[in-house]
Amino acid sequence: MNIEMKGIDKSFGSNQVLKNAGFLLKDGEIHALMGENGAGKSTLMKILTGVYTKDAGTIWVDGKEVSFKNPQEAEKAGIVFIYQELNVLFDLTVEENLFIGKELTKGFGICNKKAMRAKAREMMDKLGVKIPVTATMSDLSVGQQQMVEICKALMADAKVIIMDEPTAALTVSETRVLFDVIRNLQAKGVSIVYISHRMEEIFELCDRITVLRDGEYVGTENIQDIDLDHVVQMMIGRAIGERFPKRNVTVGDEVLRVEGLSSGKLFHDVSFDVKAGEVVGVSGLMGAGRTEIMNAIFGNIHLDSGKIFMNGKEVKIKNPRQAIAAGIGFITEDRKTEGLLLEKSIAENIEITNLPKVANGFVLNKPKQRAVVKKGIEDFHIKCFGPDHECNNLSGGNQQKVVLAKWIYTEPKLLILDEPTRGVDIGAKKEIYTIINEMTAKGVAVIMVSSELPEVLGMSDRIVVVHEGRVTGILNAAEADQAKVMTLATGGSL
Amino acid sequence: MEKTKKGWGHYFSEYAAFIALLLLAVVLCCISKEFRDVGNLLNLMRQATFNGLIAFGMTCVILSDGIDLSVGSTFALSAIIAAEMIVSGLPAGLAICAALVVGTALGAVSGVLVTKGRLQPFIATLITMTAYRGFALIITDGKPISKLASSIESEFGAALFAGLGKGALKLGFIRVPVPVIIFLVSLAVFWFMLTKTTFGRKIYATGSNIKCANLVGVNTTKTKIIVYAISGFMAALAGLIMISRVNSAQATLGQGYELDAIAAVALGGTSMSGGRGKILGTFAGVLIIAVLNNGMNIMGINTYYQSVVKAVVILIAVLADHKR
Repeated sequence: MNIEMKGIDKSFGSNQVLKNAGFLLKDGEIHALMGENGAGKSTLMKILTGVYTKDAGTIWVDGKEVSFKNPQEAEKAGIVFIYQELNVLFDLTVEENLFIGKELTKGFGICNKKAMRAKAREMMDKLGVKIPVTATMSDLSVGQQQMVEICKALMADAKVIIMDEPTAALTVSETRVLFDVIRNLQAKGVSIVYISHRMEEIFELCDRITVLRDGEYVGTENIQDIDLDHVVQMMIGRAIGERFPKRNVTVGDEVLRVEGLSSGKLFHDVSFDVKAGEVVGVSGLMGAGRTEIMNAIFGNIHLDSGKIFMNGKEVKIKNPRQAIAAGIGFITEDRKTEGLLLEKSIAENIEITNLPKVANGFVLNKPKQRAVVKKGIEDFHIKCFGPDHECNNLSGGNQQKVVLAKWIYTEPKLLILDEPTRGVDIGAKKEIYTIINEMTAKGVAVIMVSSELPEVLGMSDRIVVVHEGRVTGILNAAEADQAKVMTLATGGSL
Repeated sequence: MEKTKKGWGHYFSEYAAFIALLLLAVVLCCISKEFRDVGNLLNLMRQATFNGLIAFGMTCVILSDGIDLSVGSTFALSAIIAAEMIVSGLPAGLAICAALVVGTALGAVSGVLVTKGRLQPFIATLITMTAYRGFALIITDGKPISKLASSIESEFGAALFAGLGKGALKLGFIRVPVPVIIFLVSLAVFWFMLTKTTFGRKIYATGSNIKCANLVGVNTTKTKIIVYAISGFMAALAGLIMISRVNSAQATLGQGYELDAIAAVALGGTSMSGGRGKILGTFAGVLIIAVLNNGMNIMGINTYYQSVVKAVVILIAVLADHKR
C-alpha cells in the first residue's frame, strides 16, 4: 500500500503542532519516522489513522484521496496503529483480546470458542511466535503483549502497521523476535512505519527514514545513504557533538555497599558497591531483576537476607522513608506511574519530596516553596510556563527533569536512576547525562540501570551485569564492551 | 499541545459550584420573600451544618482516593455513646469528649481496614457502616434515649450540652447559631490544613498517585488512617450537635447522611478518583443542597419531587465538571 501525506497542518488551541508536514510510504517498506519529542510524529500518524482530524493538507492511499473519520475506518482500509501504551485488556485472555468485538459465533451471539482458539493458534503460528492463547494478558511479558497486538492487526488484514516506540519496554531477545516478525511481515508485503528514538535500531531495521522537526517535514533519505550524525542533525537542526559528555571526577570513598541481598525468586546473593563520584551502570536483560534490586535497596521490596551499608555503616531500610533518611534518592523506571504526580504541578511535585525544606514544621512557607521550585526549574532548564505547569503537559524529557529536580534537593549521597532516559529525545538525553556528571562532581554516588547498552558503556565507570537475579560480573569501563556485557547478561562467562 | 493561559473558561470551571450557588440563591431571593429573610438564611446555614461537617471530612477521604460510607453510622454510634453517658449521670463534658474520641477511633478502624487490611474503601466502609449501625442498635436496644438535657446535673454541663446545638452568639444585631460558627470555623481549619500544611500535600499526593507518594517518602498508610479518623471525628461532632438540638438520641440517626455528604463533595468538583478538589468547592456543594432543600420547602414543593430535583441538579453539576 502506498500512502502519501502532504501539507498537513494541525493545531490544538493556539498551539500549532504540525506545519506543512508530509510523509511518503512505499509498498512493503520499513520506514522510520524520526524526530524529537513533540516533533509531531505521533500526531501525524494519528491524523493518518483518523484519531485526529487535520486542519489542512491531503492524504492519498494508493492514489485515492482519503480522510478517515476514526481508527475503525482506517483499520478497514488496512492501516493499524499500535500505540506505545498497548491497547490490550489485561484481565482477558489472549484469544479474547484477539477477537474482541469480532467474536466468531454460532449465531444468536453464542461464542464459538473452538473456532476462535483454532484461528488464534493459526495466527500465532503465522507470526512465528509461541504464546499460549488461553493465557491471561496480564501474565504475559510486554513483548508478548505486543505480539498479540501485532497479531490483532494482522487479523484485521492490515497492509500498513504503525508502531510507536515498540521496543521501549522490550528485552534484547524480545527485540530480536520483534525484528524477525517485522521482517517476516515485510516479506508478506506489509509496510511498517517505525517510530523510535533508538538510532541503532533504525539503522539495523529500516529501509528509509523521514524526519520531522517542530511539526515540519525535514526530509526523507535512504538509510544506506546517511549516518547517525546526519540523522541527529536533521532532527535537532544542529550537530550535537559528543553523545556522552566527558566526566572528570576523582572517585572517592565507598558510599554504598550491599552484601548478599536476596529476595524470594527475584534475586539472590547480590553484592556490589558504589563510591562517591562514581557512576555504576547496571546492565541486564529485561526481567533479570535489576529494577527489583534497586527497589529493595530503596526499601520498596522486602529483603529476605543481606546487608546494606551506607558510608561503611550498616543501615536498616524497611521502607522508602528510611532510605531517604539514609541519603538515597530513587528515580524510578516509569515516571508516569511511579515518578510523578502527573495531574499535579511542577511545584507540587518538587515540594512533596522536599516537605521539610519548604515548611516550618507543619505549615508550608511560601517564600521557601518559591525558592526551591524556582531553583529547580532554572537549574534543570525545565521548559514550562511556570511552577504551576501541570506535569501531564510536559514532554518526556522535561518530565524526567522534574523527577531529577525533586530528588536533587534532598541532597542524596546516592542517587539510583532506573532507565533515566527512556522515551526521552536525544537533546534532553544529553542534558540528563550532563546533570548526572554534575552530580558526581559534587561527590554523589550514582547507580544507573539502563537497557541501552551504548548508554551504559558511555556513562559508567563500572558496570554490574545481572542475569536471572544474580550478578554475573562487574566490569571496569576500560575493559567493557558490548559483546562482553551481552555475554554476561545472557548467562555466559568471559 | 497544552493550554497556556488560564482563561475565563478556567475560572468558570474552577468556581462552577459557587456560580451555581449564586444563581440559585439569587433566583430564590427574587421569587421568595421568605427565603431572603435573614432568619431563614441563618436557619438554612444551621441545617447545612450537619451535612457540612461530615462533607468536610468526606472531602479529605475522597481526596486521598477513598470513600467513607460509615459516616452516618459513626454519627449515630458516637451520639448514642454520649447520650448513654449523659443519662447515666456522667458529666456532659466527659460525654462530649468521649463521643469525639470514639468517632475518631471508629474512623481510624475504617482506615486500618483500607490500609493494613487492603480492603477497597467502598467495601471496608460498607462493613464498618453496617457494624456501627448494629452496635448502635445493640446499645440502645432499638429504643430512643430522651430528655438528655434534664439528666445533666451540673449547670455548666447542661449549658455546654445545650449550647452545642441550640446556642447562639450575638454578633452585632444578628444572633449566629453556635452550629453555624462551628461550621465556619471547621471550614477555615480544613482550608488551612489542605492548602497550607505538609499534611495537606500528603493527602493530595496519596490520592493523586499512591505509588509515587510512597516512593518520595510519604507515609501513605498513616495519611490514609488519619484521613478516615478525621472523617470519623467530624461525623461524631455533627452527631453531638444533632442530639443537643433534638435533646434525644436513637440508633437510626444519620441514616443516608453519607450519600448527602458524597453528593456535596461531588457537587464541589472534587474528583472521585482522588488528588483533585477543594474544600471551598465542598462548602459550595453543601450550601447548594441546603438552599435547594430550604427553597423547595418554602415554595411548598412536594417532598417526593424534591429528591428528583436534587438528583437533576447533581447530575448537571457533575456533567458540567466533566466538560472541563
